[in-house]
Amino acid sequence: MEQLVYKKPDSIKDDFKISFCPGCDHGVAVRLVAEVLDELGVREDTIGVASVGCSVFSYDFFNVDVVEAPHGRSLAVATGVKRSKPNKVVFTYQGDGDLASIGIGETIHAMTRGEKVTTICINNTTYGMTGGQGGPTTLLGQVTTTTPQGRKVEVSGYPLKVSEILKEVDGTAFVARVTLDSPQAIMNAKKCIKKAFEAQLKGLGTGFVEILATCPTNWKMTPQEAHARVRGEMSEVFKPGIYKDRVSEAK
Amino acid sequence: MGRIVLNRDKCKACYLCKDACPNKVLEVDEKVNALGYYPVKVNEDKKCVGCAMCARVCPDIAIEKVYR
Amino acid sequence: MKKEKELLKGNYAIAQAAIEAGCQTYFGYPITPQSEIGEYLSEHMPEHGRTFVAAESEVAAINMLLGAGSTGLKTMTSSSSCAVALMQEGLSFIAGDEIPCVLVSVMRGGPGLGYIYPSQGDYYQATKGGGNGDYKLVTYAPDSVQECIDLTYKCFYVSQKYRTPVCLLADGMLGQMMEPAVVGEYPYPEVDQSSWALDGAKGREPRFIASIEREQEGLRKRVVKMFEKYNQILENENVFEKYEVEGAKLVITAFGSIARIAKAAVKKARKNGLKVGLFRPILLNPFPEKIVSSIAQKVDGILDIELNCGQMLQDVKASVAGVASIPVEFFGRPAGMMMTVEEIYEQIEKTYKKIVENKYGTACI
Repeated sequence: MEQLVYKKPDSIKDDFKISFCPGCDHGVAVRLVAEVLDELGVREDTIGVASVGCSVFSYDFFNVDVVEAPHGRSLAVATGVKRSKPNKVVFTYQGDGDLASIGIGETIHAMTRGEKVTTICINNTTYGMTGGQGGPTTLLGQVTTTTPQGRKVEVSGYPLKVSEILKEVDGTAFVARVTLDSPQAIMNAKKCIKKAFEAQLKGLGTGFVEILATCPTNWKMTPQEAHARVRGEMSEVFKPGIYKDRVSEAK
Repeated sequence: MGRIVLNRDKCKACYLCKDACPNKVLEVDEKVNALGYYPVKVNEDKKCVGCAMCARVCPDIAIEKVYR
Repeated sequence: MKKEKELLKGNYAIAQAAIEAGCQTYFGYPITPQSEIGEYLSEHMPEHGRTFVAAESEVAAINMLLGAGSTGLKTMTSSSSCAVALMQEGLSFIAGDEIPCVLVSVMRGGPGLGYIYPSQGDYYQATKGGGNGDYKLVTYAPDSVQECIDLTYKCFYVSQKYRTPVCLLADGMLGQMMEPAVVGEYPYPEVDQSSWALDGAKGREPRFIASIEREQEGLRKRVVKMFEKYNQILENENVFEKYEVEGAKLVITAFGSIARIAKAAVKKARKNGLKVGLFRPILLNPFPEKIVSSIAQKVDGILDIELNCGQMLQDVKASVAGVASIPVEFFGRPAGMMMTVEEIYEQIEKTYKKIVENKYGTACI
């Protein structure tokens, strides 16, 4: 007897459109969030917050209520939603430009308040949507359209390490940095995303997952080369791992 | 034995699934799809074990179902 | 509910009215001269099972409002001048999103940090906005503590009925002054928000609230619909005061606290035989152009008085242009000193002599 072992999650719309470039990890990340919402059985009680950047098109695929936030303000918007509807599951899906640059203030303060929301941050070391400019997470030496000679400390400072910062914020209950460069890594990422939602469901605080993701188009790499970069120089600077886990502690 | 349901018109030809498949079941189709890419196709001669690795790595949810 | 008059400070009156109106969430950041609103609500919202959140900035506050408003529940923030400036991006998004919410803007002096002196320098900020794109921030301006209460109710109702951000534009004088007022019952019906608000896609298609619109035709339609809404608001929700306008030869246009002082000066002018009236728009945006146009056709001139360098003046002039060839004079003053009744009276007398009496070649005073 043939058994169904995998299917498109219900939290992805039936008529979904994935508008990301070929091989972009965003597609895997949104699917994992959807799979977790399915597994937790909370799809019909979820309100997502879409941010500005490549993540803006969340409503093309997430089969849940979604409100769009201005650039960087997702966690303020999420605060407004959650405080109005404390029994709903609220999550933000943001890029690193959105969360770590223009929105770092809203991010730190929402998590300092311990807002019971879940935040997924795609760190691909560049502003993807606008064509590959240097951003807060751009690696030293990385060539982008605004760091044509490579990122230099004297000019642009250092890459911002979001997970390391957010683990120190008292209101976070789960902080992890994951990759999506192999089936095993994807399975691990999903476990972490699930815990980040459990942090919210158990009322422990903010759940946060930073995903080291590829941007093959702007990196000018094949998807395979891009994954090698995630495994290599990106993981050297942004060390993957679980930075804080009050969810397991609470069990 | 396993089987996948592939929506070839969702495939954007990143071939991450092709690399992930342990039995090399997926290969490049010689015909373009609706998006203008050369999508993957199932080589019926190779044995799919229904491990779903291809679906897990697919960024486009082009592999809609996996049976085992 | 309290029915009897009590001595109330403007800021507290607004805060009490917000609770009475059923405001469920308040998000704000302190700035003089409106900080009492947040202070009051931090204490009293929890007593009513409501939510107060001290936002980390006005940028965050307005976006919390965006999120809270998207659930359909009544929500409010309050702020002032240079801090309302920080909210402009959010207001543009909220307008485009068609999310109901209330912004209380208690003006202080500017530009920049200016100071907490009285000012009407944010007429432009409220009615012309700093946010991008085609939208209007519907704006009501009270001239008394009682109106602060009544118009707070109106703001909540209009925002909920038309799904749009609405601004209560007060000033430091109104926020800080005390006078007798009644916080009566919220007089408007509740507007059902369940057809669009976000509460989880249970047994229905998911909803998406956003200002983004990728279809060219879709974006045009959306903005056209928003402007149809503004027309309806002007038609159905307009509030204004006309005082001695019938038979007047000179009409004063003024709003907010200055209009109240001007009214006293108009009374004095009438007593002295000058045919002077007052038109005080309370709904400032959309501006009641037709009313000003019809007044303009019956008078010899208009004197616009504001505690700024001539902001509403431009709307008054635009209303007069093409319908009447009458002078529109201006008496204004940047932030700092309130005008006295005597100062305004002097100005009325001067303008009256210049416009009305020169025209008829008589001197009746």
